[in-house]
Amino acid sequence: MEGELVPLGALGAGEIGVVERLAGGRGLTSRLATLGFTPGARVNMVQNFGRGPVIVMVRGTRIALGRGEAQKIIVTPIAEGGE
Amino acid sequence: MAEHVITVALAGQPNVGKSTLFNLLTGLNQHVGNWPGKTIERKTGTCHFDGHTLEIVDLPGTYSLTANSLEEQIARDYIIGEKPDVVVAIVNAASLERNLYLVAELLPLPVPVIVALNMIDVAEAEGMKVEAHVLEAALGVPVVPMVATKGQGVRLLLKEIDRLVEGEVDYLPHRPQIREDHLEVVEEIESLVNPYVPEPYPRSWVALKLLEGDAEITEMIQERMKEDSWQKVHAILHQHEDAVVAVASGRYDWIARMIRAALIRPKVGQISLTHRLDRWATHPFWGLLLLLGIVGLIFWLTYAVGAPLQGWLDTFVVGGAADLAGAALSGAPDWLTSLVVDGIIGGVGTVLTFLPILIIFFASFSFVEDVGYMARAAYVVDRFMHLMGLHGKSFLPLFLGFGCNVPSVMGARIVESPRARLLTILLAPLMPCTARMAVLAFLTPIFFGAAAPLVSWGMVGLSLVVLALSGILFNKVLFHGERVAFIMELPLYHLPDWRTIGLLILQRSRAFLARAGTIILVVSVIIWALSALPTGDVDTSFLATIGHFLEPVGRLMGQNWRMMVALLTSFIAKENSIATLGVLFRAGEEEAQLATVLSQTLTPAAALAFLVVQMLFIPCVAVVATVKQETNSWRWTGFSVVYQLLISLVAGILVYQIAGFMG
Repeated sequence: MEGELVPLGALGAGEIGVVERLAGGRGLTSRLATLGFTPGARVNMVQNFGRGPVIVMVRGTRIALGRGEAQKIIVTPIAEGGE
Repeated sequence: MAEHVITVALAGQPNVGKSTLFNLLTGLNQHVGNWPGKTIERKTGTCHFDGHTLEIVDLPGTYSLTANSLEEQIARDYIIGEKPDVVVAIVNAASLERNLYLVAELLPLPVPVIVALNMIDVAEAEGMKVEAHVLEAALGVPVVPMVATKGQGVRLLLKEIDRLVEGEVDYLPHRPQIREDHLEVVEEIESLVNPYVPEPYPRSWVALKLLEGDAEITEMIQERMKEDSWQKVHAILHQHEDAVVAVASGRYDWIARMIRAALIRPKVGQISLTHRLDRWATHPFWGLLLLLGIVGLIFWLTYAVGAPLQGWLDTFVVGGAADLAGAALSGAPDWLTSLVVDGIIGGVGTVLTFLPILIIFFASFSFVEDVGYMARAAYVVDRFMHLMGLHGKSFLPLFLGFGCNVPSVMGARIVESPRARLLTILLAPLMPCTARMAVLAFLTPIFFGAAAPLVSWGMVGLSLVVLALSGILFNKVLFHGERVAFIMELPLYHLPDWRTIGLLILQRSRAFLARAGTIILVVSVIIWALSALPTGDVDTSFLATIGHFLEPVGRLMGQNWRMMVALLTSFIAKENSIATLGVLFRAGEEEAQLATVLSQTLTPAAALAFLVVQMLFIPCVAVVATVKQETNSWRWTGFSVVYQLLISLVAGILVYQIAGFMG
């Protein structure tokens, strides 16, 4: 699925995505951008059990996101270790 | 040299060791209060160094300075409005990139900044290394490497503050520039709003905040501008609605340049301690099990250590004080002896015996928070808490309510969203606390014999069901079912800082004692007066009159006026209902006697109804006082009291009628 745009919540544990855009309202967008979810940022999916919240790693910090929030971050999946 | 006070504000994101540094600098010279008109804690303290006095102001932990939250608004209003001599920006070296975001927001403000590069030991444990002097050269502001938990780097920080204030170093920060693609539009906005920006706001900063859609600044400028000139600004802003992301990206680009040479990252494939622990702690099954284990341990401590201590305090200290007072007042009129012994010592004294249990909870709570586990607990239970419109972080404060509702209400502070915090405070008093359980444990065997454990568990279950349903109801009706966004940092695990934990216990206990000496004292005396006036006999007192007045309501639940009075006195402390029943039924001190009388007076249905009401009734005065303090609102406090009064009566009536119907 390389190259396609997917919501962050679609990544499995261990997969990496590059943030393309934020699809939420202004308040949520502002909070997410502050935490480092800006276009171009690499996000590692640390834990994703398919339902419930997920854990991701962005800019060296572990962040827990509700599934709803994770769906609003649109990413391009990239091959592991690749740029 | 004349002594002048240097004001130092501590700014930082959450989880950077800001409280640790604050406690280290100020020790016991702290003043804890609230920010004016807000329910957010304001801590200030003094520190003496080299003949100077430093006034240290601990700003709320914030990720940025855009007014997304009350904390962010407070932090930036303080820096811009009060202009401290120095702002110390504490950053976590293990999460440098994200942490410098706040620094990027602080540097454009007209206040000198020193960066305290904290937790370099944690960063090293994670395989990272930060070259402080390289970062200092890049930022153009002093950078002091520190390990606040071990007291390392504090003297150096104080020296840098001193040098900066004395003008011994030039302050030439390399401020982040506005990204080129936005330079033009920021300048355009700036020229339009220029005459309307009030002192002391920097103009270019205001223009940037407008572009970021900052609600507070937008409102301020809109109010000051004429309608048509505001329309022009509004049109530009509307055109650049996506700028909020671009501005944040710009700051991160700047950060990337600042740390390029200063940060050495861990080798790929290095698995950190946090990562290993989190495989268990955040697992949907093992994580829940671990959480249950930790909660179980806290309760074991409460019952093995706290409860016996409480019993001991009750018997020897409160009992002893009552005996002493009785002896000292032997010549005084009876009413005075009764006021002191029954009213003050009986009321305030009983409330104070809960202090050991409170201390155990404050200690466990701050320990769990300090080592970084709290966020994991919140993560594991979040999906359940969301059903009630709560945040995962509400779980532990609520759960602590099993011990005592007071730390529960106070613990709600860790919930960032004001709405979820309020909801937690409103629900916490429904948790069956140890005092209610004590009444339950005393009364169920009397009424139900062998079925007592079953009834007791049923009561606890009922309380929890009522709590969950109330949560769903409040969320729907009061907050229109809005979802709370779940975005939470999972900090790295680290060793606890005992000084921080100790000070927190001290401050929380002190706040509780202060309430015991004021509002709880007043209410105790009022209830005593109602029970003693006008004749000195409870049977003919005002309280009895109220009980008789309430009897029609009581009858719906199968209660006589004595049971209603017992409920009313439980407002001081839940166990009081047993003592009151003893007095009213003239059973004296003998428990067995009271048991016989009670089991003869009440039918099983009425007994069940009484227990239900007792469990859900208005919380004790200590809890109500805490709710008032934490919500800073009489309206919400009143709402909480009235809600529980209604729900307990409705539940009592329903149980009595249904149980009576089924025989």
